[in-house]
Amino acid sequence: MIEVEGIYYSYPSKVEALRGVSLNIKDGEFVAIMGQNGAGKSTLVKHFNGLLKPSVGTVTVDGIKTVKSSVATLARNVGFVFQNPDHQLFSETVEEEIGFALKNFGFDVKVIEERITWSLELLSLSQYRKTSPFLLSGGERKRVALASVLACDPKMLVLDEPTIGQDYEQKEKLRQFIMQLQSQGKTVIAVTHDVEFVAECNPRVVLMKEGKIVADGQGHQILTDPAMLEAASIVLPQIAQVFTKLSALGLSKDIINIDEAKRVLLKAMEKHKR
Amino acid sequence: MALIETKGLTYTYPGTSKPSIHDVSIKIEKGEFVLITGPSGCGKTTLCRCFNGLVPHFYQGEIKGEITVAGINTLDQHTYEIAKHVGLVFQNPENQLFALSIEKDVAFGLENMGTAREEMRKKVDWALHQTGIYDIRERSPHEISGGQQQRVAIASVLAMEPEIIVLDEPTSFLDPLSAEKIFDVIYKLNKEQGITVVLVEHRLDLTAKYTNHLIVMDQGTVRLEGDPRDILSNEETRRIGVGIPKATLLYQMLKKENCNLGNKTPLGSEELADQILEELKGD
Repeated sequence: MIEVEGIYYSYPSKVEALRGVSLNIKDGEFVAIMGQNGAGKSTLVKHFNGLLKPSVGTVTVDGIKTVKSSVATLARNVGFVFQNPDHQLFSETVEEEIGFALKNFGFDVKVIEERITWSLELLSLSQYRKTSPFLLSGGERKRVALASVLACDPKMLVLDEPTIGQDYEQKEKLRQFIMQLQSQGKTVIAVTHDVEFVAECNPRVVLMKEGKIVADGQGHQILTDPAMLEAASIVLPQIAQVFTKLSALGLSKDIINIDEAKRVLLKAMEKHKR
Repeated sequence: MALIETKGLTYTYPGTSKPSIHDVSIKIEKGEFVLITGPSGCGKTTLCRCFNGLVPHFYQGEIKGEITVAGINTLDQHTYEIAKHVGLVFQNPENQLFALSIEKDVAFGLENMGTAREEMRKKVDWALHQTGIYDIRERSPHEISGGQQQRVAIASVLAMEPEIIVLDEPTSFLDPLSAEKIFDVIYKLNKEQGITVVLVEHRLDLTAKYTNHLIVMDQGTVRLEGDPRDILSNEETRRIGVGIPKATLLYQMLKKENCNLGNKTPLGSEELADQILEELKGD
């Protein structure tokens, strides 16, 4: 459980990135944090593993105030995958990269071996086991960073822009994978701009603007409100765009799912024929 | 003669045995807006690097086949000669930025070409405005966000007004509305000034509506090429793992149920909404 109470945060450059944010995330929730560049999304999630400490207010993770604990302690519970994988990768082979944190946590060699194999398979990286991460494509490096965090089996997972550079199939795998993690009771928090990805997952959406939370609700409620999204520099998912343009027909408004869209439109067309 | 033409182009990076692109033969005409897509690792980025000579001049390795860009055989010309015609925006903006201020980064290419001061000022300001970074022009490109850095990289290329702009996932770090604004600027340059655009993208939801020439790559080869409406309706495209825009997909699902929506495969939400309204309008 993550409890954020009235936090403010200013960078040393005096830029006030968070201006009074309160938020509770329960165990097993999947939350997408959305908003324009500079809205404070990355700054907020960096508070969850203690990388940043609030100037004012408190962040409590599993009952522990982050102010009082180190990143090293929090990192066992909260795995963090950065936006740019190059800020995270440094080893000579993919295998070493994934084993690094596990070694630091003092896991048994056999366990480390198993976890490496498991996470490589999960993210379709097995053929690159002995390759340098820096010879891989941008999308593949991103998956190596994710694999190295997953291998540690954290209780909560923070993903900063997980779909950047990923093709459709990888995104679909990521979606199924997040669902699987959730069914195991793990918390997944994704900072993302990818409206189509969020529309397919329909998680809880927290919308940020200028260091504050401006909306909080289920995906199909938030992603179908054109005025609110535009203010946050987000475009509607394509299905919602279609229904916004069809508003004169008086069809249901909060549709982001393609199967539901098909059902509603078929019904409308049948009715029209009669 | 086509503006970009490759014949049987095959390239292998040094230290690897498998070619990253294999037997690629394509033609891109002046004024086209070309979209190249395909799964991760399919060779899209490598092909782009051929267009401005980075492959093979910078990356070395082994290249076979023919390639001409703006009448230049890029295999035996220096990259700086090719750079006069082709501007490339990289996937990772950090690889591209180096100056002390954003403004200096944007002016760099023009300075190198010996552009007169007055004219340079005009072009740089224009590019900064188009990409929405005029107000932060004096900041260092290394203290701004990834999304802002992408704007700087795009501005640097726009300022040069090259004949051909090649963009490799240029807005991946930007929020969708900012990305759309940048794509609109590029589309306008394409339409109004006839600048040829080659865009590499996974996100067809955002970009399919701009293109008139779609290239689908897979495992180093070109698998499908031509009119985006035909290619997005082709079952093969989906099998390769290309993310069909949701509006296009919804149209296909409705057609399967025998809905009368006409025969023009929509590339975006606007086209599909019009088709549905046409069918449902009161008579």
